[in-house]
Amino acid sequence: MRLHELSAARIAGGVRSGEFSAQEVLKAFLSRIERDEPRVRAFLALFGEQALEAARAVDAKRAAGDPLGALAGVPVALKDNILVKGVETTCASKILRGHRSAYDAHVVERLRAADAVPLGKTNMDEFAMGSSTENSAFFKTANPWDTGRVPGGSSGGSAAAVAAGFAPLALGSDTGGSIRQPAAFCGVVGLKPTYGLVSRYGLVAFASSLDQIGPLSRTVEDAALALSVIAGHDARDTTSATAAPEAALKSGRGLSGLRVGLPKEYFVSGLDAEVEKSVREAIAALERLGARAVEISLPHTRYALSSYYIIAPSEASSNLARFDGVRYGLRAGEAASLEQLYERTRGQGFGPEVKRRIMLGTYALSSGYYDAYYAKAQRVRTLIARDFERVFAESVDLIAAPTTPTPPFRLGEKLDDPLSMYLSDVFTIPSNMAGNASLSIPCGLTAGGLPIGLQLIGGRFKEGLLLGAARALEAERPFPRLEAAA
Amino acid sequence: MAISEEDVRKIAKLARLDLSEDEVRLYGGQLLKIIESMAELESLDASSVPPTASVLGLANVLREDEPRPFDDGDALLANAPEREGPYYKVPKVLE
Repeated sequence: MRLHELSAARIAGGVRSGEFSAQEVLKAFLSRIERDEPRVRAFLALFGEQALEAARAVDAKRAAGDPLGALAGVPVALKDNILVKGVETTCASKILRGHRSAYDAHVVERLRAADAVPLGKTNMDEFAMGSSTENSAFFKTANPWDTGRVPGGSSGGSAAAVAAGFAPLALGSDTGGSIRQPAAFCGVVGLKPTYGLVSRYGLVAFASSLDQIGPLSRTVEDAALALSVIAGHDARDTTSATAAPEAALKSGRGLSGLRVGLPKEYFVSGLDAEVEKSVREAIAALERLGARAVEISLPHTRYALSSYYIIAPSEASSNLARFDGVRYGLRAGEAASLEQLYERTRGQGFGPEVKRRIMLGTYALSSGYYDAYYAKAQRVRTLIARDFERVFAESVDLIAAPTTPTPPFRLGEKLDDPLSMYLSDVFTIPSNMAGNASLSIPCGLTAGGLPIGLQLIGGRFKEGLLLGAARALEAERPFPRLEAAA
Repeated sequence: MAISEEDVRKIAKLARLDLSEDEVRLYGGQLLKIIESMAELESLDASSVPPTASVLGLANVLREDEPRPFDDGDALLANAPEREGPYYKVPKVLE
Protein backbone atom coordinates (compact mmCIF):
# COMPACT_ATOMS: atom_id res chain seq x y z
CA MET A 1 0.00 0.00 0.00
CA ARG A 2 1.21 3.51 -0.85
CA LEU A 3 0.67 5.16 2.50
CA HIS A 4 1.66 8.61 1.26
CA GLU A 5 -1.31 8.63 -1.13
CA LEU A 6 -3.88 8.07 1.60
CA SER A 7 -6.08 10.84 2.94
CA ALA A 8 -5.75 12.03 6.53
CA ALA A 9 -9.11 10.45 7.38
CA ARG A 10 -8.01 7.10 5.94
CA ILE A 11 -4.65 7.28 7.76
CA ALA A 12 -6.29 8.05 11.10
CA GLY A 13 -8.72 5.14 10.56
CA GLY A 14 -5.88 2.76 9.65
CA VAL A 15 -3.77 3.78 12.65
CA ARG A 16 -6.74 3.42 15.01
CA SER A 17 -7.62 -0.05 13.66
CA GLY A 18 -4.01 -1.20 13.69
CA GLU A 19 -3.85 -1.71 9.92
CA PHE A 20 -0.55 0.21 9.98
CA SER A 21 1.41 2.13 12.59
CA ALA A 22 1.96 5.86 12.99
CA GLN A 23 5.68 5.23 12.56
CA GLU A 24 5.09 3.46 9.22
CA VAL A 25 2.99 6.38 8.07
CA LEU A 26 5.66 8.90 9.08
CA LYS A 27 8.35 6.86 7.32
CA ALA A 28 6.31 6.76 4.10
CA PHE A 29 5.97 10.55 4.02
CA LEU A 30 9.60 11.12 5.00
CA SER A 31 10.75 8.98 2.10
CA ARG A 32 8.61 11.07 -0.28
CA ILE A 33 10.19 14.18 1.20
CA GLU A 34 13.66 12.72 0.80
CA ARG A 35 12.94 11.98 -2.86
CA ASP A 36 11.27 15.21 -3.98
CA GLU A 37 12.03 17.96 -1.46
CA PRO A 38 15.27 18.98 -3.21
CA ARG A 39 13.26 20.16 -6.23
CA VAL A 40 10.22 21.54 -4.33
CA ARG A 41 11.79 23.03 -1.17
CA ALA A 42 8.53 23.27 0.79
CA PHE A 43 10.05 23.00 4.28
CA LEU A 44 12.08 25.47 6.29
CA ALA A 45 12.60 22.78 8.93
CA LEU A 46 11.67 19.14 9.52
CA PHE A 47 11.09 18.03 13.08
CA GLY A 48 13.05 14.75 12.76
CA GLU A 49 13.38 13.17 16.18
CA GLN A 50 10.46 15.18 17.61
CA ALA A 51 8.14 13.84 14.87
CA LEU A 52 9.39 10.32 15.40
CA GLU A 53 8.74 10.62 19.12
CA ALA A 54 5.19 11.84 18.50
CA ALA A 55 4.54 8.89 16.15
CA ARG A 56 6.00 6.45 18.69
CA ALA A 57 3.76 7.94 21.39
CA VAL A 58 0.68 7.38 19.21
CA ASP A 59 1.67 3.74 18.62
CA ALA A 60 2.35 3.25 22.33
CA LYS A 61 -1.04 4.69 23.17
CA ARG A 62 -2.73 2.21 20.86
CA ALA A 63 -0.68 -0.68 22.23
CA ALA A 64 -1.84 0.30 25.72
CA GLY A 65 -5.45 0.17 24.56
CA ASP A 66 -6.07 3.91 24.97
CA PRO A 67 -8.54 5.53 22.57
CA LEU A 68 -6.91 7.53 19.74
CA GLY A 69 -7.92 10.95 18.45
CA ALA A 70 -9.42 12.16 15.19
CA LEU A 71 -6.03 12.66 13.50
CA ALA A 72 -4.25 9.61 14.91
CA GLY A 73 -0.83 9.30 13.32
CA VAL A 74 -1.52 11.95 10.66
CA PRO A 75 1.61 13.96 9.78
CA VAL A 76 0.79 17.67 9.63
CA ALA A 77 2.98 20.37 8.05
CA LEU A 78 2.78 23.77 9.74
CA LYS A 79 3.34 27.19 8.27
CA ASP A 80 6.30 28.85 9.94
CA ASN A 81 4.22 31.57 11.59
CA ILE A 82 2.59 28.99 13.90
CA LEU A 83 4.42 28.43 17.19
CA VAL A 84 5.58 24.94 18.13
CA LYS A 85 7.26 24.69 21.50
CA GLY A 86 11.00 24.14 21.40
CA VAL A 87 11.50 24.65 17.67
CA GLU A 88 12.36 27.65 15.56
CA THR A 89 9.59 29.97 14.34
CA THR A 90 10.99 32.49 11.85
CA CYS A 91 8.06 33.61 9.67
CA ALA A 92 10.69 33.15 6.92
CA SER A 93 12.34 36.35 8.15
CA LYS A 94 15.96 37.05 9.01
CA ILE A 95 14.76 39.11 11.95
CA LEU A 96 13.45 35.98 13.70
CA ARG A 97 16.25 33.59 12.79
CA GLY A 98 17.14 31.53 15.85
CA HIS A 99 13.87 32.34 17.66
CA ARG A 100 12.62 29.23 19.48
CA SER A 101 9.00 29.16 20.58
CA ALA A 102 8.42 28.87 24.31
CA TYR A 103 4.90 27.49 23.88
CA ASP A 104 2.55 25.76 21.43
CA ALA A 105 -0.06 27.67 19.43
CA HIS A 106 -3.67 26.76 20.27
CA VAL A 107 -3.98 24.87 16.98
CA VAL A 108 -0.85 22.85 17.78
CA GLU A 109 -2.25 21.93 21.21
CA ARG A 110 -5.42 20.79 19.43
CA LEU A 111 -3.45 18.75 16.86
CA ARG A 112 -1.46 17.03 19.59
CA ALA A 113 -4.62 16.30 21.59
CA ALA A 114 -6.04 14.66 18.43
CA ASP A 115 -2.88 12.49 18.17
CA ALA A 116 -1.58 14.14 15.00
CA VAL A 117 2.16 14.15 14.29
CA PRO A 118 3.60 17.65 13.69
CA LEU A 119 6.01 17.12 10.81
CA GLY A 120 7.84 20.37 10.12
CA LYS A 121 7.66 24.07 9.34
CA THR A 122 6.82 25.22 5.83
CA ASN A 123 8.19 28.08 3.79
CA MET A 124 6.15 31.25 3.35
CA ASP A 125 6.35 34.84 2.24
CA GLU A 126 8.10 36.77 5.00
CA PHE A 127 5.55 37.52 7.75
CA ALA A 128 2.86 36.17 5.37
CA MET A 129 3.18 39.19 3.08
CA GLY A 130 3.05 38.04 -0.51
CA SER A 131 1.36 35.82 -3.04
CA SER A 132 4.20 33.65 -4.34
CA THR A 133 6.39 32.60 -1.36
CA GLU A 134 9.22 34.38 -3.20
CA ASN A 135 9.38 36.88 -0.33
CA SER A 136 10.87 34.21 1.97
CA ALA A 137 14.20 35.49 3.26
CA PHE A 138 15.67 32.00 2.94
CA PHE A 139 14.76 30.36 -0.40
CA LYS A 140 12.02 30.02 -2.98
CA THR A 141 9.56 27.13 -3.08
CA ALA A 142 8.62 25.60 -6.42
CA ASN A 143 5.15 24.61 -7.58
CA PRO A 144 5.21 20.78 -7.66
CA TRP A 145 3.15 20.80 -10.90
CA ASP A 146 5.75 22.91 -12.71
CA THR A 147 8.91 23.77 -10.83
CA GLY A 148 9.45 26.88 -12.97
CA ARG A 149 6.32 28.39 -11.41
CA VAL A 150 5.39 29.75 -8.00
CA PRO A 151 3.30 27.73 -5.53
CA GLY A 152 1.37 30.87 -4.61
CA GLY A 153 1.53 32.43 -1.19
CA SER A 154 1.85 33.26 1.41
CA SER A 155 1.20 29.66 2.60
CA GLY A 156 3.09 28.36 -0.46
CA GLY A 157 5.19 25.83 1.45
CA SER A 158 2.09 24.28 3.04
CA ALA A 159 0.29 24.04 -0.32
CA ALA A 160 3.34 22.62 -2.10
CA ALA A 161 3.91 20.07 0.70
CA VAL A 162 0.36 18.72 0.36
CA ALA A 163 0.46 18.73 -3.45
CA ALA A 164 3.81 16.91 -3.53
CA GLY A 165 2.61 14.20 -1.13
CA PHE A 166 4.92 15.29 1.71
CA ALA A 167 2.00 15.48 4.14
CA PRO A 168 -1.72 14.66 3.85
CA LEU A 169 -2.56 17.81 5.76
CA ALA A 170 -1.05 21.22 6.43
CA LEU A 171 -2.04 24.36 8.27
CA GLY A 172 -1.66 27.82 6.79
CA SER A 173 -2.93 31.30 7.56
CA ASP A 174 -5.10 33.50 5.36
CA THR A 175 -5.15 37.30 5.69
CA GLY A 176 -6.07 38.21 2.10
CA GLY A 177 -6.08 34.82 0.37
CA SER A 178 -2.92 33.19 1.71
CA ILE A 179 -4.52 29.74 2.09
CA ARG A 180 -6.91 29.76 -0.88
CA GLN A 181 -4.60 31.28 -3.51
CA PRO A 182 -1.72 28.77 -3.00
CA ALA A 183 -4.29 25.95 -2.71
CA ALA A 184 -5.61 26.96 -6.14
CA PHE A 185 -2.09 27.21 -7.59
CA CYS A 186 -1.05 23.80 -6.20
CA GLY A 187 -4.28 21.91 -6.96
CA VAL A 188 -5.28 21.21 -3.34
CA VAL A 189 -8.17 22.09 -1.02
CA GLY A 190 -7.70 25.22 1.11
CA LEU A 191 -10.17 26.50 3.69
CA LYS A 192 -10.24 29.94 5.27
CA PRO A 193 -12.58 29.63 8.23
CA THR A 194 -14.87 32.41 9.40
CA TYR A 195 -12.96 35.07 11.33
CA GLY A 196 -12.97 34.04 14.98
CA LEU A 197 -13.70 30.34 14.46
CA VAL A 198 -10.08 29.24 14.99
CA SER A 199 -7.99 30.77 17.78
CA ARG A 200 -5.05 32.93 16.71
CA TYR A 201 -3.19 32.27 19.97
CA GLY A 202 0.35 31.39 18.92
CA LEU A 203 -0.02 32.68 15.35
CA VAL A 204 2.48 35.47 14.70
CA ALA A 205 0.21 38.43 13.96
CA PHE A 206 0.21 40.14 10.54
CA ALA A 207 -3.17 41.94 10.34
CA SER A 208 -5.11 40.92 13.42
CA SER A 209 -8.61 41.80 12.20
CA LEU A 210 -8.12 39.66 9.07
CA ASP A 211 -5.76 36.76 9.98
CA GLN A 212 -7.26 33.30 10.26
CA ILE A 213 -5.67 29.83 10.46
CA GLY A 214 -7.04 27.05 8.29
CA PRO A 215 -6.25 23.67 6.71
CA LEU A 216 -4.86 22.63 3.31
CA SER A 217 -5.51 19.05 2.22
CA ARG A 218 -6.05 16.79 -0.76
CA THR A 219 -9.69 15.99 0.01
CA VAL A 220 -12.64 18.02 1.23
CA GLU A 221 -13.28 15.43 3.95
CA ASP A 222 -9.79 16.06 5.35
CA ALA A 223 -10.33 19.82 5.45
CA ALA A 224 -13.56 19.23 7.40
CA LEU A 225 -11.81 16.80 9.74
CA ALA A 226 -8.95 19.24 10.40
CA LEU A 227 -11.40 22.08 11.00
CA SER A 228 -13.32 20.01 13.55
CA VAL A 229 -10.04 19.55 15.44
CA ILE A 230 -8.77 23.16 15.38
CA ALA A 231 -12.04 25.14 15.67
CA GLY A 232 -13.42 26.28 18.96
CA HIS A 233 -13.38 28.99 21.58
CA ASP A 234 -10.10 29.93 23.23
CA ALA A 235 -10.09 32.65 25.91
CA ARG A 236 -6.44 33.50 25.08
CA ASP A 237 -7.59 35.03 21.77
CA THR A 238 -9.99 37.84 22.64
CA THR A 239 -11.47 37.72 19.12
CA SER A 240 -12.23 34.01 19.41
CA ALA A 241 -15.92 33.42 18.73
CA THR A 242 -17.95 31.91 21.53
CA ALA A 243 -20.37 29.07 20.89
CA ALA A 244 -19.94 29.28 17.13
CA PRO A 245 -18.40 25.92 16.20
CA GLU A 246 -21.53 23.77 16.49
CA ALA A 247 -23.36 25.76 13.85
CA ALA A 248 -20.29 26.16 11.64
CA LEU A 249 -19.41 22.48 11.69
CA LYS A 250 -22.92 21.22 11.09
CA SER A 251 -22.58 19.18 7.96
CA GLY A 252 -24.13 20.62 4.83
CA ARG A 253 -26.86 19.00 2.80
CA GLY A 254 -24.99 18.69 -0.51
CA LEU A 255 -26.17 20.75 -3.42
CA SER A 256 -29.80 19.91 -3.99
CA GLY A 257 -31.86 23.07 -3.97
CA LEU A 258 -28.97 25.37 -3.08
CA ARG A 259 -28.90 28.80 -4.66
CA VAL A 260 -25.42 29.61 -5.90
CA GLY A 261 -24.57 33.23 -6.65
CA LEU A 262 -22.18 34.16 -9.46
CA PRO A 263 -20.92 37.67 -8.73
CA LYS A 264 -20.61 39.52 -12.01
CA GLU A 265 -17.74 41.56 -10.53
CA TYR A 266 -15.65 38.35 -10.36
CA PHE A 267 -16.17 37.41 -14.02
CA VAL A 268 -14.51 40.40 -15.60
CA SER A 269 -11.90 41.24 -18.21
CA GLY A 270 -8.53 40.33 -16.77
CA LEU A 271 -9.84 36.91 -15.82
CA ASP A 272 -7.75 34.33 -17.68
CA ALA A 273 -9.81 32.55 -20.37
CA GLU A 274 -8.80 29.06 -19.28
CA VAL A 275 -9.58 29.85 -15.64
CA GLU A 276 -13.00 31.21 -16.59
CA LYS A 277 -13.80 28.17 -18.76
CA SER A 278 -12.84 25.73 -16.02
CA VAL A 279 -14.77 27.63 -13.32
CA ARG A 280 -17.87 27.81 -15.55
CA GLU A 281 -17.65 24.04 -16.14
CA ALA A 282 -17.52 23.49 -12.39
CA ILE A 283 -20.57 25.72 -11.97
CA ALA A 284 -22.39 23.69 -14.65
CA ALA A 285 -21.59 20.60 -12.57
CA LEU A 286 -23.03 22.30 -9.48
CA GLU A 287 -26.24 22.82 -11.46
CA ARG A 288 -26.32 19.19 -12.60
CA LEU A 289 -26.13 18.25 -8.92
CA GLY A 290 -29.25 20.24 -8.15
CA ALA A 291 -27.99 23.75 -7.38
CA ARG A 292 -29.50 26.78 -9.05
CA ALA A 293 -27.02 29.36 -10.30
CA VAL A 294 -28.05 33.02 -10.31
CA GLU A 295 -26.11 36.10 -11.26
CA ILE A 296 -25.59 38.49 -8.36
CA SER A 297 -23.81 41.78 -7.83
CA LEU A 298 -21.36 42.71 -5.08
CA PRO A 299 -21.00 46.33 -6.16
CA HIS A 300 -18.17 47.34 -3.81
CA THR A 301 -15.81 44.57 -4.95
CA ARG A 302 -13.72 47.05 -6.94
CA TYR A 303 -12.79 48.90 -3.76
CA ALA A 304 -11.70 45.81 -1.81
CA LEU A 305 -8.09 45.65 -2.97
CA SER A 306 -7.36 49.32 -2.23
CA SER A 307 -8.99 49.31 1.18
CA TYR A 308 -7.26 46.02 2.06
CA TYR A 309 -3.88 47.53 1.17
CA ILE A 310 -4.58 50.29 3.65
CA ILE A 311 -6.00 48.21 6.50
CA ALA A 312 -3.63 45.22 6.38
CA PRO A 313 -0.37 47.24 6.21
CA SER A 314 -1.68 49.59 8.91
CA GLU A 315 -2.28 46.71 11.28
CA ALA A 316 1.05 45.15 10.23
CA SER A 317 3.00 48.34 10.92
CA SER A 318 1.69 48.21 14.47
CA ASN A 319 2.03 44.43 14.99
CA LEU A 320 5.59 44.32 13.65
CA ALA A 321 6.74 47.08 15.99
CA ARG A 322 7.59 44.33 18.48
CA PHE A 323 10.51 43.15 16.34
CA ASP A 324 13.07 45.56 17.69
CA GLY A 325 16.18 43.57 18.51
CA VAL A 326 15.46 43.37 22.23
CA ARG A 327 13.42 40.27 23.01
CA TYR A 328 14.01 37.88 20.13
CA GLY A 329 15.95 37.18 16.98
CA LEU A 330 18.34 39.50 15.26
CA ARG A 331 20.10 42.45 16.90
CA ALA A 332 22.22 44.79 14.82
CA GLY A 333 25.57 45.40 16.48
CA GLU A 334 27.32 48.66 17.35
CA ALA A 335 24.29 50.82 18.07
CA ALA A 336 25.00 54.02 19.97
CA SER A 337 21.45 54.44 21.25
CA LEU A 338 18.30 52.40 21.74
CA GLU A 339 16.66 54.18 18.84
CA GLN A 340 19.56 53.36 16.55
CA LEU A 341 19.41 49.75 17.73
CA TYR A 342 15.74 49.59 16.66
CA GLU A 343 16.36 51.25 13.30
CA ARG A 344 19.40 49.20 12.36
CA THR A 345 17.95 45.88 13.52
CA ARG A 346 14.74 46.48 11.55
CA GLY A 347 16.61 47.86 8.55
CA GLN A 348 18.79 44.76 8.37
CA GLY A 349 16.23 42.22 9.52
CA PHE A 350 13.17 42.91 7.35
CA GLY A 351 13.00 42.12 3.64
CA PRO A 352 11.75 44.50 0.91
CA GLU A 353 8.04 43.60 0.92
CA VAL A 354 7.81 43.81 4.71
CA LYS A 355 9.53 47.21 4.69
CA ARG A 356 7.20 48.39 1.92
CA ARG A 357 4.12 47.41 3.90
CA ILE A 358 5.39 48.85 7.18
CA MET A 359 6.04 52.12 5.33
CA LEU A 360 2.61 52.03 3.67
CA GLY A 361 0.88 51.35 6.99
CA THR A 362 2.87 53.99 8.83
CA TYR A 363 1.97 56.50 6.12
CA ALA A 364 -1.74 55.60 6.23
CA LEU A 365 -1.85 55.95 10.01
CA SER A 366 0.24 59.09 10.21
CA SER A 367 -1.14 62.42 11.28
CA GLY A 368 -2.89 64.23 8.45
CA TYR A 369 -3.55 61.08 6.41
CA TYR A 370 -5.42 58.93 8.94
CA ASP A 371 -8.93 60.07 7.93
CA ALA A 372 -8.23 60.01 4.21
CA TYR A 373 -6.82 56.48 4.30
CA TYR A 374 -7.34 54.33 7.37
CA ALA A 375 -10.70 55.68 8.53
CA LYS A 376 -11.99 55.71 4.96
CA ALA A 377 -10.83 52.13 4.35
CA GLN A 378 -12.64 50.94 7.46
CA ARG A 379 -15.86 52.54 6.21
CA VAL A 380 -15.40 50.91 2.82
CA ARG A 381 -14.87 47.63 4.62
CA THR A 382 -18.37 47.99 6.05
CA LEU A 383 -19.78 48.42 2.53
CA ILE A 384 -17.95 45.31 1.32
CA ALA A 385 -19.29 43.27 4.25
CA ARG A 386 -22.82 44.61 3.64
CA ASP A 387 -22.68 43.48 0.00
CA PHE A 388 -22.20 39.90 1.19
CA GLU A 389 -24.74 40.17 4.02
CA ARG A 390 -27.36 41.43 1.57
CA VAL A 391 -26.99 38.62 -0.99
CA PHE A 392 -26.87 35.94 1.70
CA ALA A 393 -30.00 37.36 3.34
CA GLU A 394 -31.93 37.91 0.12
CA SER A 395 -30.96 35.63 -2.70
CA VAL A 396 -28.25 32.96 -2.35
CA ASP A 397 -26.89 30.27 -0.01
CA LEU A 398 -23.34 30.45 -1.27
CA ILE A 399 -21.22 32.14 -3.91
CA ALA A 400 -19.07 30.47 -6.59
CA ALA A 401 -16.21 32.31 -8.27
CA PRO A 402 -12.64 31.86 -9.47
CA THR A 403 -10.10 31.75 -6.62
CA THR A 404 -7.46 33.60 -8.67
CA PRO A 405 -7.56 35.60 -11.92
CA THR A 406 -4.77 33.51 -13.49
CA PRO A 407 -3.12 30.10 -13.26
CA PRO A 408 0.23 29.94 -11.36
CA PHE A 409 2.72 32.43 -12.78
CA ARG A 410 6.44 31.99 -13.38
CA LEU A 411 9.03 32.40 -10.64
CA GLY A 412 10.30 35.98 -10.80
CA GLU A 413 7.50 37.15 -13.09
CA LYS A 414 5.89 39.61 -10.66
CA LEU A 415 8.59 40.03 -8.05
CA ASP A 416 9.61 43.55 -9.09
CA ASP A 417 6.07 44.81 -9.56
CA PRO A 418 4.25 44.89 -6.20
CA LEU A 419 0.94 46.11 -7.66
CA SER A 420 0.73 43.29 -10.16
CA MET A 421 1.51 40.79 -7.38
CA TYR A 422 -1.25 42.30 -5.21
CA LEU A 423 -3.81 41.69 -8.00
CA SER A 424 -3.33 37.95 -7.55
CA ASP A 425 -5.53 38.19 -4.42
CA VAL A 426 -8.27 40.37 -5.91
CA PHE A 427 -10.94 37.62 -5.62
CA THR A 428 -9.92 36.33 -2.19
CA ILE A 429 -9.49 39.62 -0.29
CA PRO A 430 -13.20 40.56 -0.08
CA SER A 431 -13.96 37.48 2.06
CA ASN A 432 -11.30 38.44 4.58
CA MET A 433 -12.68 41.96 4.71
CA ALA A 434 -16.15 40.54 5.47
CA GLY A 435 -14.94 37.70 7.73
CA ASN A 436 -16.69 35.08 5.58
CA ALA A 437 -16.08 31.36 5.42
CA SER A 438 -14.45 30.56 2.11
CA LEU A 439 -12.60 27.71 0.44
CA SER A 440 -10.81 26.83 -2.77
CA ILE A 441 -11.09 23.43 -4.41
CA PRO A 442 -9.37 22.18 -7.55
CA CYS A 443 -11.65 22.41 -10.58
CA GLY A 444 -9.42 21.57 -13.51
CA LEU A 445 -6.13 22.03 -15.32
CA THR A 446 -5.03 24.40 -18.05
CA ALA A 447 -3.99 22.94 -21.40
CA GLY A 448 -0.45 23.24 -20.06
CA GLY A 449 -1.32 21.12 -17.02
CA LEU A 450 -1.50 23.86 -14.36
CA PRO A 451 -4.10 23.70 -11.57
CA ILE A 452 -7.14 25.99 -11.44
CA GLY A 453 -9.17 26.67 -8.30
CA LEU A 454 -12.89 27.21 -7.74
CA GLN A 455 -13.72 29.43 -4.80
CA LEU A 456 -16.86 28.85 -2.74
CA ILE A 457 -17.83 31.64 -0.35
CA GLY A 458 -20.40 31.38 2.41
CA GLY A 459 -21.63 33.67 5.12
CA ARG A 460 -20.02 33.70 8.54
CA PHE A 461 -20.04 30.28 10.24
CA LYS A 462 -21.33 28.54 7.11
CA GLU A 463 -18.38 26.13 6.85
CA GLY A 464 -20.65 23.08 6.98
CA LEU A 465 -22.67 24.30 4.03
CA LEU A 466 -19.53 25.06 2.01
CA LEU A 467 -17.83 21.78 2.81
CA GLY A 468 -21.00 19.83 1.99
CA ALA A 469 -21.26 21.52 -1.39
CA ALA A 470 -17.53 21.03 -2.07
CA ARG A 471 -17.77 17.37 -1.17
CA ALA A 472 -20.65 16.79 -3.57
CA LEU A 473 -18.68 18.47 -6.34
CA GLU A 474 -15.56 16.43 -5.52
CA ALA A 475 -17.58 13.21 -5.79
CA GLU A 476 -18.97 14.27 -9.17
CA ARG A 477 -15.67 15.53 -10.60
CA PRO A 478 -12.65 13.96 -8.83
CA PHE A 479 -9.78 16.40 -8.39
CA PRO A 480 -6.83 16.08 -10.76
CA ARG A 481 -3.94 14.42 -8.91
CA LEU A 482 -0.31 15.25 -9.45
CA GLU A 483 0.60 11.57 -9.68
CA ALA A 484 -1.86 11.09 -12.51
CA ALA A 485 -0.54 14.17 -14.28
CA ALA A 486 3.14 13.30 -13.88
CA MET B 1 -0.11 63.93 -4.82
CA ALA B 2 3.59 63.36 -4.54
CA ILE B 3 5.87 61.61 -2.10
CA SER B 4 9.27 63.25 -1.84
CA GLU B 5 12.41 61.51 -0.66
CA GLU B 6 12.12 63.63 2.44
CA ASP B 7 8.62 62.21 3.05
CA VAL B 8 9.98 58.68 2.68
CA ARG B 9 12.73 59.40 5.21
CA LYS B 10 10.16 60.83 7.62
CA ILE B 11 7.93 57.74 7.33
CA ALA B 12 10.97 55.47 7.76
CA LYS B 13 11.92 57.39 10.88
CA LEU B 14 8.40 56.98 12.32
CA ALA B 15 8.58 53.25 11.51
CA ARG B 16 12.07 52.92 13.01
CA LEU B 17 13.52 51.60 9.74
CA ASP B 18 17.06 52.40 8.73
CA LEU B 19 16.93 52.68 4.91
CA SER B 20 19.78 53.04 2.41
CA GLU B 21 19.67 55.80 -0.22
CA ASP B 22 18.77 53.17 -2.84
CA GLU B 23 15.90 51.96 -0.69
CA VAL B 24 14.61 55.50 -0.18
CA ARG B 25 14.45 55.96 -3.97
CA LEU B 26 12.95 52.52 -4.61
CA TYR B 27 10.25 52.68 -1.93
CA GLY B 28 9.43 56.30 -2.74
CA GLY B 29 8.52 55.35 -6.31
CA GLN B 30 6.69 52.18 -5.33
CA LEU B 31 4.71 53.77 -2.50
CA LEU B 32 3.60 56.53 -4.82
CA LYS B 33 2.34 54.00 -7.38
CA ILE B 34 0.50 52.01 -4.71
CA ILE B 35 -1.08 55.10 -3.20
CA GLU B 36 -2.08 56.42 -6.64
CA SER B 37 -3.82 53.11 -7.28
CA MET B 38 -5.98 53.84 -4.25
CA ALA B 39 -7.34 57.03 -5.78
CA GLU B 40 -10.54 55.23 -6.78
CA LEU B 41 -11.51 55.19 -3.12
CA GLU B 42 -11.87 58.96 -3.36
CA SER B 43 -14.76 58.57 -5.79
CA LEU B 44 -16.77 56.66 -3.19
CA ASP B 45 -18.72 58.61 -0.58
CA ALA B 46 -18.71 56.52 2.59
CA SER B 47 -19.07 59.38 5.05
CA SER B 48 -22.41 58.14 6.37
CA VAL B 49 -21.17 54.55 6.80
CA PRO B 50 -19.83 53.40 10.17
CA PRO B 51 -16.29 51.99 10.14
CA THR B 52 -15.66 48.28 10.70
CA ALA B 53 -12.82 47.38 13.07
CA SER B 54 -14.06 43.87 13.84
CA VAL B 55 -16.41 41.85 11.68
CA LEU B 56 -17.71 39.99 14.71
CA GLY B 57 -18.99 43.17 16.31
CA LEU B 58 -17.32 42.17 19.55
CA ALA B 59 -17.31 44.38 22.57
CA ASN B 60 -14.42 44.40 25.00
CA VAL B 61 -13.69 41.01 26.48
CA LEU B 62 -13.07 41.44 30.18
CA ARG B 63 -11.62 39.11 32.77
CA GLU B 64 -10.12 39.30 36.23
CA ASP B 65 -6.47 40.31 36.12
CA GLU B 66 -5.09 37.29 37.89
CA PRO B 67 -1.43 36.38 37.57
CA ARG B 68 -0.77 32.85 36.38
CA PRO B 69 2.58 31.08 36.30
CA PHE B 70 4.26 30.48 32.93
CA ASP B 71 6.15 27.26 33.22
CA ASP B 72 9.09 28.08 31.00
CA GLY B 73 10.12 31.70 31.49
CA ASP B 74 13.71 30.87 30.72
CA ALA B 75 12.71 29.69 27.24
CA LEU B 76 11.31 33.18 26.60
CA LEU B 77 14.42 34.93 27.90
CA ALA B 78 16.68 32.55 25.98
CA ASN B 79 15.52 34.24 22.76
CA ALA B 80 16.98 37.60 23.77
CA PRO B 81 20.05 38.62 21.77
CA GLU B 82 21.52 40.02 25.01
CA ARG B 83 20.43 39.42 28.57
CA GLU B 84 21.70 39.72 32.06
CA GLY B 85 20.10 37.31 34.47
CA PRO B 86 16.30 37.59 34.15
CA TYR B 87 16.55 40.95 32.29
CA TYR B 88 16.75 42.06 28.66
CA LYS B 89 19.86 44.12 28.03
CA VAL B 90 19.64 47.28 25.89
CA PRO B 91 21.90 50.28 25.23
CA LYS B 92 21.84 52.90 27.96
CA VAL B 93 18.66 55.01 27.83
CA LEU B 94 19.28 57.48 30.69
CA GLU B 95 22.50 59.24 31.53
